[in-house]
Amino acid sequence: MLEKGLLGKGSVEGQVSDDLMKKTLKTKELWVNMGPQHPSTHGVLRLVLALEGERIVDSEVVIGYLHRGMEKLAESLTYSQFLPYTDRLDYISSNAMNFGYVLAMEKLLGLEVPERAQYIRVMMAELTRISSHLVWLATHALDIGAMTVFLYCFRDREAILDLFEMVCGARLITSYFRIGGVANDLPEGFIEQAKDFCKIFPKKAKDYDDLILKNRMWLSRTVNVAKISGEDGLNLGLSGPSIRGSGVYWDIRKDEPYSGYDKLDWEIAVEPGCDVYARYLVRLKEMRESCKIVEQCLDILEKVEGPVMAKVPKVMKPPKGEVYASVEAPKGELGFYIVSDGSTKPYRVKIKAPSFANLISLPTMIKGHLVADVIAAIGSIDVVLGEVDR
Amino acid sequence: MGQELVLVIIKMIVVFALALLVVAYLTYLERKVIGHMQLRLGPMRVGPHGLLQPIADGLKLFVKEDIVPHDASKWTFYFAPILTLVMSLVLLAVIPFSYNFMVTRLNIGVLYVLSLASVGTMGILLAGWASGSKYPILGGLRSAAQMFSYEIFLGFSIIGVLMISGSLDLVKIVEAQSKMWNIVYQPVAFVIYVIAALGELNRVPFDLPEAENELVAGFHTEYSGFKFAYFFLAEYANMIVVSCMAVILFLGGWKGPFLPGIIWFLIKMCAFFYFFIWVRGTFPRYRYDQFMRIGWKIMLPVVLANIVVTGVVMMLV
Repeated sequence: MLEKGLLGKGSVEGQVSDDLMKKTLKTKELWVNMGPQHPSTHGVLRLVLALEGERIVDSEVVIGYLHRGMEKLAESLTYSQFLPYTDRLDYISSNAMNFGYVLAMEKLLGLEVPERAQYIRVMMAELTRISSHLVWLATHALDIGAMTVFLYCFRDREAILDLFEMVCGARLITSYFRIGGVANDLPEGFIEQAKDFCKIFPKKAKDYDDLILKNRMWLSRTVNVAKISGEDGLNLGLSGPSIRGSGVYWDIRKDEPYSGYDKLDWEIAVEPGCDVYARYLVRLKEMRESCKIVEQCLDILEKVEGPVMAKVPKVMKPPKGEVYASVEAPKGELGFYIVSDGSTKPYRVKIKAPSFANLISLPTMIKGHLVADVIAAIGSIDVVLGEVDR
Repeated sequence: MGQELVLVIIKMIVVFALALLVVAYLTYLERKVIGHMQLRLGPMRVGPHGLLQPIADGLKLFVKEDIVPHDASKWTFYFAPILTLVMSLVLLAVIPFSYNFMVTRLNIGVLYVLSLASVGTMGILLAGWASGSKYPILGGLRSAAQMFSYEIFLGFSIIGVLMISGSLDLVKIVEAQSKMWNIVYQPVAFVIYVIAALGELNRVPFDLPEAENELVAGFHTEYSGFKFAYFFLAEYANMIVVSCMAVILFLGGWKGPFLPGIIWFLIKMCAFFYFFIWVRGTFPRYRYDQFMRIGWKIMLPVVLANIVVTGVVMMLV
């Protein structure tokens, strides 16, 4: 029934509906615009829903309200000038975005990054993962109506942002990574404060569990809701915690390790449930695993000394060629595909954003469910529109 | 005769003026309490500890532009909030705050409260329908479904109490609890009453008609300014009524040692009110089909069984 797309069909129907209604009295679907201004679409996501009562017959995702032309902008900037732009992709996990870009660039330039810088990066990326998942848990719970979890999560995220502030002065849009290393070494007292955080965090995380983990209402809202099988998920390009919630063992950090993830001891969080609850459990476990990784990195950083920046030429002129590098961002697989024509500016930068790919599977998930489940489903795939629209 | 009339008018003015003031400050209380539960301070800016916040809010809503959507049916759109507010305020007329402090004593008080409370829900339904917009109509439809689901077991949960006290008169119901509160004889009915009350009030976990995360603001999406304030006041006035009814039916009304009756009544009422806020700070929201399932498949059989058991026990004892 989606021949011309929902939007086209809707407008045609609108014109003839009055005549039709006079001739015959028949029921028809209710077309509802969810977004771009809606409290729970996490930014400027717009969903067009065809409803029968409150049941979703059909839906279409409309994106582009936050399009800034990032990829095109990159073509007129030098390689290092583009780095701060990557922060603005997924603005609540900016370190992970930087990570993807600098890895691709280092692969292109053939740079060797000092060990200390690598562990600082991993640690920052994992702290970012925790903070991103905290924002996800906060908003996801708020969408389902559990308001208190929201503020608990933001309390703990504050501690992580304070750590970021210590390191680079910025809290959200950090731009701390550099091509070839990181901007500066860790400040005095950072390791102690970070260790304190790692010690306290599991206890704080228990607060969220106490509120909703076994709550009957939470279970009835999330279990068996918005199911997607692992196979469908893979076909639709689902990645990250969202696909791991469907029982697929796929984590770039394990499968194609980078920056020394293979030397650290941690587990992939996988749940077989395929539903909103499984994706929720995956992210909960991931936060705790990330905390473990951060602790290990801190231990290593106490021992490993040395520079935090490789020798990088002032003017970067990578050789002609193309490169693809991907990292496991909090939302899923983030890839940068960079084509160099040998000049100081990239010929083309293509960003494989996880949220964009994850969003595509939303209509499959919500078909046949109720309006309230749409909200739960959007929350469970954790999209950030800055990254979807780029 | 003239004296009595004056007395009634004075009582009416006192009760309604107090009710409106209390309602305004209940919003403040809710924001403060839930704020502290959520590691925030709540309102702090207007007056000491934000004490003048409700007045500032009221003033703001009062001077706001009066907007009616293009597709709305205008008179119904204006009428719906008035209906809802009036229906929740007139309920206060029969509430006995102490043995002799009430606007009027009605020998069918319970029936009066139950029937007018459902008329108040009609206001929500009308608001959703009259807005001429999609989210409100979904909210209105949910409200209709919810009304069917909860009113039935709300009514049935009270029957046990009525059987014990043998009267529909709220004063007599309280008097019947001189020795022991009804909550002791009717614990199941009390729990079901509380759940039904949450549904009646459209509060978390059953705030489906306005579910802000799903339906933007549900039935009052298109309402702004003072028309919105009417809904808001009605919701809190309903909270008072529901708390009062719980106190009267199950917690012995104004009965209690040492303190004067009205103080006891207010303490019990506030405890109940605090409970509602607490629930809001704790629970997520049910989906509306789930709420309906709970109502019809769990609550209704349980409450019917409760009536049967009450009857059997009363025959034997």
